[in-house]
Amino acid sequence: MNERWKISLMLAPAVLIIAGLFLGGLLLGVIGSLGYMPFIGRSDWSFDAYRDIVTSERFYHSFLLTFHIAFTSTIIASAIGMGAALVLRRSFFGRRAIQFLFHLNLTVPHLVGAIGIVYLFSQSGFFARLAHEFHLIARPADFPALVYDPFAIGIILQYVWKEVPFIGLILLANMQSLSHDYEAVARSLGASRWQSFRHVLLPLLSPGLLAAAMIVFAFTFGAYEIPALLGQNYPAALPVLAYQAFTDTDLNARPAALAMAMVIAVMSALMIFAYARLTRRYVRA
Amino acid sequence: MKQEPPHIVRSKNGLSPLVWLSLTLLVTWLVLPLIPLAVWSVSRSWFFPDIAPSAYSLRAWEYVLSPTSEVLPALGTTLIIALGATFLSILIGLPAGRALGLYRFRGKALIELLILAPTIVPGIAVALGLHVVFLKAGLAGTMIGVLVVHLIPTLPYMVLVMAGVFANYNPEAEAQARSLGANRVQTFRYVTLPAILPGLLIGSLFAFLVSWSQYILTLLIGGGRVVTLPLLLFNFASAGRNDITGAIGMIYILPGMILLIFAARYMSGRNQAYTATGQI
Repeated sequence: MNERWKISLMLAPAVLIIAGLFLGGLLLGVIGSLGYMPFIGRSDWSFDAYRDIVTSERFYHSFLLTFHIAFTSTIIASAIGMGAALVLRRSFFGRRAIQFLFHLNLTVPHLVGAIGIVYLFSQSGFFARLAHEFHLIARPADFPALVYDPFAIGIILQYVWKEVPFIGLILLANMQSLSHDYEAVARSLGASRWQSFRHVLLPLLSPGLLAAAMIVFAFTFGAYEIPALLGQNYPAALPVLAYQAFTDTDLNARPAALAMAMVIAVMSALMIFAYARLTRRYVRA
Repeated sequence: MKQEPPHIVRSKNGLSPLVWLSLTLLVTWLVLPLIPLAVWSVSRSWFFPDIAPSAYSLRAWEYVLSPTSEVLPALGTTLIIALGATFLSILIGLPAGRALGLYRFRGKALIELLILAPTIVPGIAVALGLHVVFLKAGLAGTMIGVLVVHLIPTLPYMVLVMAGVFANYNPEAEAQARSLGANRVQTFRYVTLPAILPGLLIGSLFAFLVSWSQYILTLLIGGGRVVTLPLLLFNFASAGRNDITGAIGMIYILPGMILLIFAARYMSGRNQAYTATGQI
């Protein structure tokens, strides 16, 4: 068999399914957001849905909130993840146990973490009870709102909980793939510990760190169940708002729902573009 | 003296007290959210401001494990969908991963981008558009429909992991086995499979967990008629049934923990395997 044919045959099923479901879903989303939905009796093309959402205060507030959630979670998780990776590459008693714990956390679904955050940080949760024990508060309402709060603190806490091990382990794997101990060279040439981190290790790790951060940003920008459980009713995170509009009994809200889905898609496309630039080759050996 | 690999920094004095403190805090923080779920699952009454429950009971577990509750059927549904999605991902993803890992060809970068994209683009962006097609095809509200839509995150992930595995694989041993008279099946069984097995196991483990943890794809395409564990968990959590939520939560995280204990020895330093775990 000709090699070209062989490669095509090996790739065809996967490429057809991914293109059909993924590109097909996106394409139908674009078409629907432009108002063309023959299945529900709409066949006019227009930018109305986009005009409606950009002029609506509701969308604007949701977008800002979602950006704040994704940006803040990504920055905090990256910083702590980097710190954790720097400690975990050193040899000390208990290192293997902690690494195992990091892996364990990778397997726990976000939703479980979100419920745990409610039980810990809500106004009748564990920390509120602890504050009562120490006579800091008298009633649950005295405890600051950390869940269902306007700053989305509960949502961010959940994402940080879940993404620190994710970023930490990616960085650790990157550190292990560095073939030479460039830091030792820098240190032997008189660099301080901070200098060898800042000018030697960090530049070597930054493509991996940024790539991981892009994945986290895209995920936290588009996840539904975590803000649905931990968020306020208004403003709701963008995926929650899109889902509400999509399931609205008024079918005329559907183009707006799809337009919001496209906003989420465009944000993640920017992340993929950055990711692809950073890793240069998509599939690494 | 034992020679350590270069990435391990030898510290003569161990970690400083400050680093130990931060590490202890971090470890506590990693475990902390799971503890109240476990305690709630065996508590009978646990009102503010009690730090610990005032009475314990197993009634949440009795409810969850009773044949009349909806939890066991949901467990079965979740398991069948996740196993099905993993199996199809291996079947379709393994050859594609091999092609991407072993060969260079025109248009490869574009195909890699197509396969990478679904692991990053959130499911809701794709599923809202797909919904109408699944509805027309009679797949909305069915387990098959949910299984198919779960392929959007699991299949690309499997292809990426297998491409990484095959990029470090030498196919010459296969040619030698063939020249010694082995047929295709024998060559795969005795030459290829043992070489790719660790990567295949890790890929399958995480593909399973990616499907296992899907919420919005199941909700949208299943339309509430395909009830998986996360949907049930969400409903009990929003209804404030903390004891039952705790028990379902414990059951829900169990497979990941069991699978990880089996796969832990294959885990260290596999870069590609981690990348898509952001979707769990």
